[in-house]
This record gives sequence, C-alpha cells and structure tokens, in this order.
Amino acid sequence: MHDHSHDHDNALDPMTARVKALETLLVQKGLVDPAAIDAIVDIYENKVGPRNGAQVVARAWTNPDFRAALMTDATGAIATLGFQGRQGEHMEVLFNTPDTHNIVVCTLCSCYPWSVLGLPPVWYKSPPYRSRVVVEPRKVLSEFGVTLPAETTVKVWDSTSEIRYLVIPMRPDGTEELDVDALADLVTRDSMIGAGLALTPEAAQ
Amino acid sequence: MNGPHDLGGKAGFGPVQPEPNEPIFHGDWEKRVLGATLCSGALGYWTLDESRHARESLPPATYYSASYYEIWLRALEMLLIRHGEITVSELETGAVQQPGNRTERLLAADKVPAVLASGGPVDRPIPDVPVFAIGQKIRTMAGLNHGHTRLPSYAHDKVGTVIARRGTYVFPDSNAHGDGESPQWLYTVEFDGQTLWGAGAEPGTKMTIDAWESYLVAE
Repeated sequence: MHDHSHDHDNALDPMTARVKALETLLVQKGLVDPAAIDAIVDIYENKVGPRNGAQVVARAWTNPDFRAALMTDATGAIATLGFQGRQGEHMEVLFNTPDTHNIVVCTLCSCYPWSVLGLPPVWYKSPPYRSRVVVEPRKVLSEFGVTLPAETTVKVWDSTSEIRYLVIPMRPDGTEELDVDALADLVTRDSMIGAGLALTPEAAQ
Repeated sequence: MNGPHDLGGKAGFGPVQPEPNEPIFHGDWEKRVLGATLCSGALGYWTLDESRHARESLPPATYYSASYYEIWLRALEMLLIRHGEITVSELETGAVQQPGNRTERLLAADKVPAVLASGGPVDRPIPDVPVFAIGQKIRTMAGLNHGHTRLPSYAHDKVGTVIARRGTYVFPDSNAHGDGESPQWLYTVEFDGQTLWGAGAEPGTKMTIDAWESYLVAE
C-alpha cells in the first residue's frame, strides 16, 4: 500500500531550503565552516542558557559581597562565575523589591542577555510582547500569571543600547535553609526577564 | 527610522503567547540561520548596527509575517549581497559563480568558543565630559530620522529624568551606515507612564530607555 507521507520526504520546507541554499554557497566559497555552525549551536543548546543566570541570582540572594559587586560592576561580577561574552558585554542587574518590579523588553529588535539567559524565547522577540509591555505591563504580567500589588511600581526597561539587563527576582519566603544550588532551582528564565517570579520551594517540586 | 520594527505602543498584535517548555530551536533550519549569521558576521564586513538596520529595513508586510529567524535570514542575504560575497544570481540558481573574497576571515570551528566568550564590546573612551547629570530633566528629540536610530518612536519629544550615566558607547545612528563609531555618552532615561501614554497609561508604571547624548536636550 502506498504511503502518501513518503511523497514529501524529499521536499524541503521553504525556510529549510532557503537557508540550505545560502549555507551551501557560503561553504563552497570558503566563507563559512559548517562545523563552526555546529559549534555555535552546541554552545547555545547545551552550555549557555538560563541556568547561568540562575547561578547569578542565587549568589545575589546569599552573598552580600557578590550582591554589592553586581551593583558596582555587574559585567565583572558575573564574569567571576565564568559567564561573559556575546550579548553580555555590558551587563546591568535590576533588583526587584516590594516597591518596584522590573521587566525587560527590546521594542526595536530582540536584545537579550545571551551570556546569562541564552537565546531568547519566541514570545520575547514577537510583536505582541514588544508592542504591549511598554504600555500595559500589568496586563501583560497578568497573562504570565503574575499579579502585583497596586502599590508596587512596575518599571519597564527597553533595551535600546548594548546594555543588557538581568532582573534579580525577589527571594521567595521560606528559603532560608536552602543552599545556592537549591535556590538556583527556584529561578526561572521568565523571572530573570521580569515576566515571572521566582518559584516557591513547593511550586518547584 | 520608524519602520516595522519600531513596535513599542503599537496596537493590534494580540496576546502574548508563551510556549510551555519551549525548545531552544523550532527546527534545524533555525540553527543554521543562527550559525550562518554569526559566522558571516565574523567576515568583518558589517557591524551589529548595520545588521539591525538591514532587518528593520525589510518591507513591513514581510517583517510582520516572518519569524525572527526568517528576518535574520533575509537580512543576512541582503548584507552578503551588499558587501559582494554573494550575488542575486547565485542565490537564485544556487550555483557558485564567483569565488569567496574574505576566505582568510573564515571562522574555524575550534575558534568559536573563544569568539563567543570575548564578544564585541562597544564602549569607547572619549575625552568629552557628560552634558547631563543624574536626576536632570531632559526632553528627547522630536522628528523623523530616516536612517537607523535607537530612539523608539514612542519616546520622541517626551520629558524624562536621567537615572544613570552608562559610559561612552559607539553611536548606532552613524555606525549602522558606515559613518564611523562617533562614540557619545549614554544615559538611562526614565519616563512616567502618563508622560508617554496619557490617560491610556496603567497607574504606577514607568518606562526607561537607554539614550545617547545627542538624543537629548535639557528641559
């Protein structure tokens, strides 16, 4: 019996075909090494991601000296943990408090602190978030399941320069006994963008 | 330029749609676009600012219907054609018709970790003293810039407060067009929601942008 799914096995979808054509030209011209592409992908799939940022946050919660260093030279302090480089050359951290909740966007493109958070999620790069969060951050936050007290100021940071912002969420209550690694498990990617809160130990279970 | 990318405050794009357990890539083609973009950047023809300008210069209908990696791919093709490494005919036929030029700049796989770890800092020392002080009221410039700019439309001609001086940085508005780095002081400026959006603002909200000195005048 003929299996119709086989009809399409050799047909590439348009974007796959388009990038394959370009990559083939670049490789044949000696301008791109396909193994270098593989190496880049491996780094952002397996080595550089939001677990880096979570280590920064957990230390900011537990180590007053590190917290102070983040405030005076975030790029240097973060580099002491081995996190640095592309799209993290000029770091600043934003501490969430009961008075002020910080949330980060790039309305003009997709600027994001790769060195600590990895590559941005699709929603961060897409028009709904980029257009709306600067106008109605509370409403956008509610769509992420976050409702803040009316007395908390919401501050939206538009990444219009090469400064990259990392939000340090508030440390959840009931975490006094946890060590740095256990605390890092509470730190979600979204909480470091400001689109979420750090998890409680119960929620992290 | 207030192109399709200049999205802050625009209506009609619907709800934010976070994807639970989102994969890092939605298909292998996205991996190749990311890698080809970074490898091609290593050839040294264009700056980050020029590549951003290429993306925001896509026709609005294309920009809004494309995923972000498609935007990157279309811009990469444009940049490689502009700088003479690929021809339109080569893209159409898929056949090499002229040799590569900057083959000596090929990014080798074993160099990738070091290149990514060093990045490309864009702070530049200049002798100029900063014009504006922290706490000072400023007004952002008005009017249309036909080239690349990092002053979003929603923050044009608005009164805000300088909350930080960040140092001196490459000026994207000139650098994107090959007109030099022309570094300037960079500030973070804070606005009240009501200043930007009037009665449409949510209560208790503030917005900040990073603004180069020439974007600002004393209020």
